[in-house]
Amino acid sequence: MFEFLAFYLFAFLTIAMFYITVTTSHSLYALTALAAGMIFISAFYFMLNADFMGVVQLIVYAGAVMALYSFGMMFFDTTRELHEKKTSSVVVFTLAIMATLITVAMIAAPVIGGNIEAYNPIIEGVGNSQQIGLVLFTKYLVPFEVAAVMLLVAMIAGIVMAGKKMDDSYSELSEEEIDAKEAEVVA
Amino acid sequence: MMEITLTHYLVLSTVLFMIGLIGVMRRKNLLMLFFATEILLNSVNIALVAISHFYGDFTGQMFAFFIIAIAASEVAVGLGLLVLWFKRFNTIDLDNMTQMKG
Repeated sequence: MFEFLAFYLFAFLTIAMFYITVTTSHSLYALTALAAGMIFISAFYFMLNADFMGVVQLIVYAGAVMALYSFGMMFFDTTRELHEKKTSSVVVFTLAIMATLITVAMIAAPVIGGNIEAYNPIIEGVGNSQQIGLVLFTKYLVPFEVAAVMLLVAMIAGIVMAGKKMDDSYSELSEEEIDAKEAEVVA
Repeated sequence: MMEITLTHYLVLSTVLFMIGLIGVMRRKNLLMLFFATEILLNSVNIALVAISHFYGDFTGQMFAFFIIAIAASEVAVGLGLLVLWFKRFNTIDLDNMTQMKG
């Protein structure tokens, strides 16, 4: 009963928040609604006994990603309304619904058709975080390391591209200035 | 009826994916496009974790975990590019990005 109520409450809230994100013409509303939707999604993870994923969702999405977006928005003019050319919404809705249904059918067909066997079965009575650690550091160790390197690369890329204090940042120069600098180096 | 099954979660994930796709197609502001992409990633995460729970398999949660890592780096690089573009052209509207004539 409790799970039933919680599922429908959070499903309604999440859909409403994401709908606001997609339709509003004010970017600050979109950002806040998206952050709220992320927090509501973590409720589903807790309901599904995936505690670690719920906490990661809260920390990474509602914390880090949203903070990044709000810092990024300081660079843009967020107070004015967004003026967007409106495309035909009937076409967009039809296309979105069709594409989603095809994707879901493509992914769900083998799940329904074949009988699935658990590859990494969940052991009863062992904590979720404990088991995540067991699986992550045995079977998924290499992807984990690669993900760590990827995050490092992304961090450096973000600093190089958006950093202000680097006066010789190639990314901020025009093509002519870059050519002049290169000629200087060669000479 | 009162039991929440895998189908409930998959339908929810489908609806969220639909909202994300509508956002990707309808929006012209690049920042809003990024938000729509986040919605897409999150809806897939819900489906993965739900399947992982109902089939008793841990792989779904691992994949969702890596998707979150990829989403975080996508935001870092994407926002850097976006800030650069805004500094140079003073707009992040998608319609102004049609310089490449193909």
